[in-house]
Amino acid sequence: MELVVNQKHYRLEVHADRMLLWVLRDDLGLTGSKYGCGEGHCGACTVLIDGAPTRSCVTLANSVAGKPITTIEGLAQNGHLHPLQEAFIQADAMQCGYCTPGMIVSGAGLLKKNPHPTQAEIKEAMEGNVCRCGTYPRIVAAVQMAARTAGGQHA
Amino acid sequence: MLEVERYELFAGPAYHFDLERRDFFKLLGGGLVLFLAFDHPAAAQESGRGGRGQGLPQTISAWLHISELGIVTVFTGKTEVGQNIRTSLAQAVAEELRAPIASITLVMADTGLTPYDMGTFGSRTTPTMAPQLRKMAAAARETLIDLAAEKWKVDRASITVADGRLKYSDQSVSFGELTHGQQLMKTVDEAPVTPANKWTVAGTSVPKTTARDMVTGTHRFTSDLVRPNMLLGRVLRPSAFNAKLASLDAKEAEPIKNVKIVHDGDFVGAVAPDELTLAKAIDALKAEWTADPQHSSQPSSKDLFAYLKSHPEESRQRTTPEQGSVEQGLKSSDFIREATYTVSYIAHTPLEPRAAVAEWTEGKLTVWTGTQVPFGVRSELAEAFSIPESNVRVIVPDTGSGYGGKHSGEVAIEAARLAKSAGQPVKVIWTREEEFTWAYFRPAGVIEVRGGTLKDGRIAAWEFHNYNSGGSGIETPYDVQNKKVEFQASASPLRQGSYRGLAATANHFARESHMDELAAAMGMDPLEFRLKNLKNERLRAVLQAAAAKFEWDKTKSIPTRGFGLACGVEKGGYVATCAEVSISQPDGKVKIERVVTAFECGAIVNPEHLKNQVEGGVIMGIGGAMFEAIEFDDGRILNPHLAKYRVPRFSDIPVLETVLLNRKDLPSAGAGETPIVGLAPAVGNAIFHATGIRIRSLPMVPQGLPNQPQPTA
Repeated sequence: MELVVNQKHYRLEVHADRMLLWVLRDDLGLTGSKYGCGEGHCGACTVLIDGAPTRSCVTLANSVAGKPITTIEGLAQNGHLHPLQEAFIQADAMQCGYCTPGMIVSGAGLLKKNPHPTQAEIKEAMEGNVCRCGTYPRIVAAVQMAARTAGGQHA
Repeated sequence: MLEVERYELFAGPAYHFDLERRDFFKLLGGGLVLFLAFDHPAAAQESGRGGRGQGLPQTISAWLHISELGIVTVFTGKTEVGQNIRTSLAQAVAEELRAPIASITLVMADTGLTPYDMGTFGSRTTPTMAPQLRKMAAAARETLIDLAAEKWKVDRASITVADGRLKYSDQSVSFGELTHGQQLMKTVDEAPVTPANKWTVAGTSVPKTTARDMVTGTHRFTSDLVRPNMLLGRVLRPSAFNAKLASLDAKEAEPIKNVKIVHDGDFVGAVAPDELTLAKAIDALKAEWTADPQHSSQPSSKDLFAYLKSHPEESRQRTTPEQGSVEQGLKSSDFIREATYTVSYIAHTPLEPRAAVAEWTEGKLTVWTGTQVPFGVRSELAEAFSIPESNVRVIVPDTGSGYGGKHSGEVAIEAARLAKSAGQPVKVIWTREEEFTWAYFRPAGVIEVRGGTLKDGRIAAWEFHNYNSGGSGIETPYDVQNKKVEFQASASPLRQGSYRGLAATANHFARESHMDELAAAMGMDPLEFRLKNLKNERLRAVLQAAAAKFEWDKTKSIPTRGFGLACGVEKGGYVATCAEVSISQPDGKVKIERVVTAFECGAIVNPEHLKNQVEGGVIMGIGGAMFEAIEFDDGRILNPHLAKYRVPRFSDIPVLETVLLNRKDLPSAGAGETPIVGLAPAVGNAIFHATGIRIRSLPMVPQGLPNQPQPTA
């Protein structure tokens, strides 16, 4: 099987029943994607597949073989943070930071599809991501900030 | 005063000093090492130094090293769980050392490297640890001045320190140039610290020092750690609480390739190289469990509150002496209200479930785990494996939150037990279901309140009985001549423990709801009623600030929109909360539309992080106020999944406005907990003012309003 993660190609032997999250974390060492519930209900494991936010904890690795996968580790380009990563720092949009990768990947997926989302669109798109520390208003602000600073241009 | 919350009490070990002093330079290299000694036991007790009357051999609470290159490293046993103390403590040190914040590294919560600390809870880091680090850094600064004065042969008073350099006239020297070639060790207990009105680093919104690691996914939480030859492990859970293992059939599990089954008494677990093999092995184990006869009839959440009242633990009762006479006060009252309030068990639901990596090397154990009490977990491990604490090292990576839920070491013990049998390092990450089931909960409770007022609005009598939820925030801040306040612990059907704000959320819900009931009985404005009975200036100030920002005087509740307020004091912080709710008809769905929180906790250390904590407390409070509740029956949790246990999400978030009152003349208090306490009563009061329905149980509206809206009473 071949996985294409952050534009790198990996040849792997992976059991057909294994979820993408654990292959990313344990086989490829990409631990930025987090386990939060294992049922697709918290969003901590979110990655982009073909640009679309996807819960990697309930996605079979086999089912996304060959498709472009972007994890939190792949958002920064040439040492430059993604505008949303910058915005999260600016807006202090985190406390413990455990939900942060999933939040940023979900937000980046949204901005790719909708470069200038309204507040309501942001909340709707990210309803499946839990921040137990309660930094939601700051996350909304960060997505809006990134939309402004990037002028709709997202990798 | 009632004694400290019972679940904050952890016995400290008898001896608290792991590193021999001579080892310091071996470990850290040369330079300057300062130890901070306590000179008075009260402070020691507060910061969790354990001492239970016995003479402590050590009273060192923190140490600081300035290397020969001038790198500053501060060692503290505190844990970072998202409250941003790694940043705020660095601010305190940078301030006193007159050094850039980026030049300071904090080594935190590593029992092999940091001094003993009782744990990170009770909002104690800011009021107790920060002043200690401040003092130590100030002493380091003074020592550096001494070194420079000696080097230049000048009067020390003529030397200034700024930006990590010491200056005299046109000469200047870096910290590293002064500490180079030194092996200087000092124990200090006093040093002149900078008053809050002269702060330049503290008091400003220094960004989270680890923010870049968080947004790039490079920070390694416990669950992200990997050790050479590490296996993954999991424990087979009993069928219900207190069940005993009757038999185990591992015939199908054992042949699975690369799997090892560990069976030791009631402990059954497995290790495997990957998560799928591990899950298959656990699933293949056939165990029979028998209910513990001592727990033959376990209560369910349906009959919880009657059970708590009828199962007191007599030895754990706390009563403050009655002041005046409640009976006389009630006799003289023109209005009397009596009501019972309840709170459910709720789960902390930290997004990072408990996790641990354990590794044995020649009989010594190292465990990485996310806990708020690393030294307590070290004791648990030493006890579990009958080894001295000196053979156990617990290291806590900055952790994916805790909220009071990560005080215990179960997962550390499980990983260590599996690693011991496997002969290899083992990582255990609890599943969300395990986290919901085998951790512990915020205590459920029943609170009975009776209050009486005079025609002019003064409170004449106050009686408050709390069953099981705890003593934090139980005292009323209002002026009452006749009052009686009691706490009675119950035999809790579920394992219960600390939680953000502890019992203060329950006690504030009951008290501030009841205050509203009394005001309504008199037809008095709830704000006016509170102010009339409140002398505490700090509490008055936040109440007035919140009301002004909310424009309380312009609010008028109607059946579809309500306005309520509440206030309180807890852990040295003062909070007032105003809430606006909407009620949609006919479905009775309640939405919190707007919340104004005014908060004062002395001199503000980091305004942006403080605001973030206040917002976080309010949002976490929404869950417990509106819909969070653990349901259980016959020793089983019925809703151990995020799909069934609802936590606040984006759509639940109201417009939040936060007013911070900065009292530079007062010592800084913690802020992680107190802002949560006003939310539930403010919302409950708002619902009442809209609908006339008084909801006296938390959560208030798990399925919307209990009845169709009624006209305002």
